[in-house]
Amino acid sequence: MAGIVSITLQNNDEARPVIESILHDNPSASANYMPGAVKIDCPERLVVKAGSVSERIGRDWDPQEIHLTIISMGGSLDEDDEELVLSWGV
Amino acid sequence: MTPQRKKKLNLKQRYALMTRGLDWETSYQKMDDVFPYDTFEGIKITDWSKWEDPFRLTMDAYWKYQGEKERKLYAVLDSFAQNNGQLGISDARYVNAIKLFLTGVTPLEYQAHRHFAHLGRHIRGVGPRVAAQMQSLDELRHAQTQIHTISHYNKYFDGFAEFPHMHDRVWYLSVPKSFFDDACSAGPFEFFTAISFAFEYVLTNLLFVPFMSGAAYNGDLATVTFGFSAQSDEARHMTLGIEVIKFMLEQHPDNLPIVQKWVDKWFWRGHKMLGLVAMMMDYMLPKRIMSWKEAWEIYFTEAGGALFEDLSRYGLRVPKYADIATDEAEHISHQNWAIFYQYTQAAGFHTWLPSDEEMAWLSEKYPNTFDKYYRPRFELWREMEARGERFYNNALPQLCQTCQIPMGYTEPGDPTKIGFRSSVYESERYHFCSDGCKDIFDNEPEKFSQAWLPVHQIFQGNCGGADLSDVLKWYHMENGTDNMDYTGSPDQKQWDAWQSARKRVAG
Repeated sequence: MAGIVSITLQNNDEARPVIESILHDNPSASANYMPGAVKIDCPERLVVKAGSVSERIGRDWDPQEIHLTIISMGGSLDEDDEELVLSWGV
Repeated sequence: MTPQRKKKLNLKQRYALMTRGLDWETSYQKMDDVFPYDTFEGIKITDWSKWEDPFRLTMDAYWKYQGEKERKLYAVLDSFAQNNGQLGISDARYVNAIKLFLTGVTPLEYQAHRHFAHLGRHIRGVGPRVAAQMQSLDELRHAQTQIHTISHYNKYFDGFAEFPHMHDRVWYLSVPKSFFDDACSAGPFEFFTAISFAFEYVLTNLLFVPFMSGAAYNGDLATVTFGFSAQSDEARHMTLGIEVIKFMLEQHPDNLPIVQKWVDKWFWRGHKMLGLVAMMMDYMLPKRIMSWKEAWEIYFTEAGGALFEDLSRYGLRVPKYADIATDEAEHISHQNWAIFYQYTQAAGFHTWLPSDEEMAWLSEKYPNTFDKYYRPRFELWREMEARGERFYNNALPQLCQTCQIPMGYTEPGDPTKIGFRSSVYESERYHFCSDGCKDIFDNEPEKFSQAWLPVHQIFQGNCGGADLSDVLKWYHMENGTDNMDYTGSPDQKQWDAWQSARKRVAG
């Protein structure tokens, strides 16, 4: 079984472009909506690209802004200025 | 000549500069005297610099984002209060889950604040020390925002006013209190394993994700906002939890058996304590989003499965008795609600029997167990209520020496038989609800034989007196107001008055 990695974000206006970017950049990801929150699961690896979010919001998005909307996650994290990656085995 | 633009540091450089080189090797005192706590547990650390926070959060960024989160949260809280948000919740029964949250969980946030501050001083590696300091501030923020948020409900509903006092004294609140006391009285690495890993990484999702989503579904804007605001810190705490485990396992092979024992212990302790949340989700939310069993499948079986598969490369295995905990997910909420129904006279929130519609939901969500084992009991109690013979259990229950929960849980594989284990230590016999709790005691009898057990304390005369009314006074619980069934409570009278006023206005 490929380990599922996961990120849960608030379902609000600020998180929506982040959610859209994740679903666009990770074709195997699936979103599960619950009241107030969205849990996005993806086999093995999930990436949040700062460039994709910036395009959607029309300004520079710092990956650390994820702290404003993240609720939970599963997987090992690596973050730099360009992207935030969740995966297993690192 | 154009002035040269100063190059900005990238995140990794910034993190290195802001978290490293802040400490020094002591010269006129021995390092072991300055950091007396981080070696006695037997965890061997050869290179503290290998520790890295994957979020690479530095103090300046921390203040910036936390400040923004607080501004957003307080805007919502202010608006909730200004617009009488309490009128918009699904049903006043819902508020009882919040009473349990404030009395049971919020004081733990404060304990976590204190203990992470302790670790922020006493761990010799600077990386984890910075992470512990930030978490200490987070936990204080959680305690404060929860108290601020819930203070609004305290204006309208009973059962909130004496929460810190109740946390220290009330029988069922000794379950979460003793859990945290156990962690805070352990060494720093056990505390990290207990709270950062077993609790925050493996188990808190079960509390903060589905339960807070449930708050959103029940119209409680204020709770969902503090819940998710706290949970955004929690994601950082989770990375601390998984990093600390990997760090210990990578540093020295001798650490594995110690860590495994802690993972086994704290998974089991967390599972028992979260039984309270199971009951909140299955019985206390008037509008439900998912059952405890479903939440367990998503957050333990699936997410925990991937996690432990990943950690198996270090030789760490799935916590002992995880299979039994998964079986118990079919039972624990029903058994806990039954305990509170029987002891409603000593509960600081209101109880009720599930309606027909709620029982239909429980049957659907628990096809293997609800109709067979639990529906008949609730239906009998309902008949007894109708006859004017509402059932109260007036005997004080035996408590498990480890988890401190009344021994109402059943045997694995036989839900008709109460589970019971015991051990003898220094000529005294101690009682347990399960093999998991007995193992924990047997590993540390000198610690757990000292447990402050509420029932024993009542019998010893240490809780205000011999009668229920004496004990309730000692708990600061108002008899007939804070306790007993929802039906007939002042909370209900007020809610019904609000609802009929609303109907009058609507015409």
